[in-house]
Amino acid sequence: MQTVKDALREIRRYPSAIVGLLIVLMLVVLSIYVVIAIPYREAITLWRGGEGTWRSLPRTVPPAWINTFRSQKLPETIDLDSRKGAAERQEAPLGEGKSVTLLYTFDYQADDFPREINIFFETSYKERAPFASITWYTPDGREIAIADLALQAGSTSYRFAQDDKLLRRIRRQVGDVPPEVGLFVAPNPPENPRPLKGTYRVKIQATAFDPETQIDAELVVYGKVHGIAGTDHLRRDLKIALLWGAPVALAFGLLAAAGTTITTMIIAAIGVWFSGVVDNLIQRITEIVLMLPLLPILIMVGTFYSRSIWVILGVTILLSIFGSGIKTYRAVFMQIRESPYVEAAQAYGASDWRIIFRYLVPRIVPMLIPNLVTLIPSYVFLEASLAVLGLGDPQLPTWGKVIQDAVANGAPYKALYYWVLEPSALLMITGLGFAMLGFSLDRIFNPRLREM
Amino acid sequence: MREGEPVLRVEDLILYFVTTKGVVQAVDKVSLSVPHNQAIVILGESGCGKSSLARAILRLLPRNVYQYTGKVYLDGRDVMELDEENFAREVRWVGISMVPQAAMNALNPVLKVGDQVSEPAVLHLGVSKAEAWDMARKMFDYVGVPERFLQRYPFELSGGMRQRVAIAMALITMPSLIILDEPTSALDVLTQASIMNTLKQIKQEMPISYMLITHDIATSSDLVEHVAVMYAGQIVEVSKAEAFFQQPLHPYSRKLLAAVPRLYEKQALEFIPGRPPSLLNPPAGCRFADRCPSRFDRCAEEPPTLSVDGHLVKCWLYVTG
Repeated sequence: MQTVKDALREIRRYPSAIVGLLIVLMLVVLSIYVVIAIPYREAITLWRGGEGTWRSLPRTVPPAWINTFRSQKLPETIDLDSRKGAAERQEAPLGEGKSVTLLYTFDYQADDFPREINIFFETSYKERAPFASITWYTPDGREIAIADLALQAGSTSYRFAQDDKLLRRIRRQVGDVPPEVGLFVAPNPPENPRPLKGTYRVKIQATAFDPETQIDAELVVYGKVHGIAGTDHLRRDLKIALLWGAPVALAFGLLAAAGTTITTMIIAAIGVWFSGVVDNLIQRITEIVLMLPLLPILIMVGTFYSRSIWVILGVTILLSIFGSGIKTYRAVFMQIRESPYVEAAQAYGASDWRIIFRYLVPRIVPMLIPNLVTLIPSYVFLEASLAVLGLGDPQLPTWGKVIQDAVANGAPYKALYYWVLEPSALLMITGLGFAMLGFSLDRIFNPRLREM
Repeated sequence: MREGEPVLRVEDLILYFVTTKGVVQAVDKVSLSVPHNQAIVILGESGCGKSSLARAILRLLPRNVYQYTGKVYLDGRDVMELDEENFAREVRWVGISMVPQAAMNALNPVLKVGDQVSEPAVLHLGVSKAEAWDMARKMFDYVGVPERFLQRYPFELSGGMRQRVAIAMALITMPSLIILDEPTSALDVLTQASIMNTLKQIKQEMPISYMLITHDIATSSDLVEHVAVMYAGQIVEVSKAEAFFQQPLHPYSRKLLAAVPRLYEKQALEFIPGRPPSLLNPPAGCRFADRCPSRFDRCAEEPPTLSVDGHLVKCWLYVTG
């Protein structure tokens, strides 16, 4: 306890250590929150959900906060679902059946047009499919007929941009523009049209042929920004991946760094203490492993065996245990082995393992801790690199996976910079935090590095 | 323990090392004994094999041992017959403890002094940690270190204090013999005297024997009953302390004593010309012959060990006829 207190007091003397510690603490708190708020299973289900889960989000849009830096505000998504009471519903009997009217009203104040417009129907009926006609009312009082369609049982999607009749009608009434533009401008728009601001209404007038027919519809006017992180090519909210990337990165980095440094140190100590055949064996294994290329082996494991992050982690640790650390620690242990107190311990009958764990290993801990802390980001980066190379865990959302998705979908060429920059920034902050903390710890634990 | 049997009896103990240059005869046919509750000092120059003798007795051998033979009797029992495991369990610290050379550095810097001192008790007496700490507390009393230092780390202690801690560590298992390897080197004279007094007091209060290894004749003279002089891996003279300090017999012993400064005698300090022979290829015959002022023809042959006036001396000078 006292040592921890002393260490904390020491840390306070280094501003970089405080910043590093804060960053690391923040990441840890974030990770704990994420793991509790979005459990592992749920995260995977969400991330692997596909279009169904994410149909009401726009494709590849930047985060909403970029509007703060823009004079012309980009629209956010307007999602109106009659099941959630977002539409005025009127039902009246009509012959043997009934007529259903859904009226959607929304206020549009953005300076740019929406990305697309869709309506998703949910219908159930007995014998004959109901008919629906959709009408669009602009703030300046115009009325545009959108479409007449039969509503099949279950889900029916109506995509404005894919309706050729609507395209022709808009070309006739407004001008040669796509529907998401044509429905928001006055007729004969100029070269660079601006949307009309004001209250828009959409009316869905449906005719049902039996009184038990259920009709619900969700109107989505997709924006050009979304949430705090934006979305990717599959309409997924990047927030999920960026949040879940933190615990995955920390777990991978910590496990790999701790797993390798500690076992490496113990193996080095064992080699030095028992010397002879044991030491020789360890040294030869190390020399062989040092020559093995880590990345190609990981790529092979990923390609032929498993891309699970835990398998990759295991292989990484296995290959790093007999790394250059063995040589470094060996040099230090050789020196410690000759200290009088080790000889004394041997004289009064301490066993081999007692000497290794109580006399040799503790001496190297001050050297080990900063080393371990600075090693963490390199393993975080390794995981990201593997993901970018296409060897990321196919299930888990990680920062590296987001970058890989972005690159594979041409984000840099489509000016979708947020997609690459967000995970990169998180990776850099993580690296920075651990590096700052590690270098300060190095100075605290190894006072000889301090300048006088 | 048989009556009259010395605590430690060493017969023809040999410890040779092998190096890239050849075989080093560090301990060559050494025989001596330490009586019960008495102290013996092994005197000799640096590199004459004193520390190797201590290691040979405790079987703390480096990896390059070439030959290790002889007899070591502890309380009349031949401990050379024990295998490594039994030796570690039944001899080290139970029968013979050691205060290693540079005892100031013989403490683990990452363990509390109390942990360190109680460790031999935990390992050898099978007591609990708490009991061992109690014993350590008692030992601190004996060696004159305040109890509160049990909670400190070695770097917080002065050199003399660390030396006392090392002695407490050797004492804690109540062995019958303690080997003190240069216990007072690197300490100032006041601390030396105080530690010597402590050792003397402990010997009066406990049935314990000392084997003191030093080149500091003056400091040891007060504590010991017996003196053994070692030269080039061999014991050249063994005798009672009073007799030795009055009248050493071996020429080397005489030279050694003459090299001790005396306060009120106007007499130039003597030194022994030449250097001790290399233990790699020691000369045949008497090993001191090259530097000996009284050398004569017979010195080219191996001298016998003779008993002269209660001294055991290995020199041709005392062979009559």
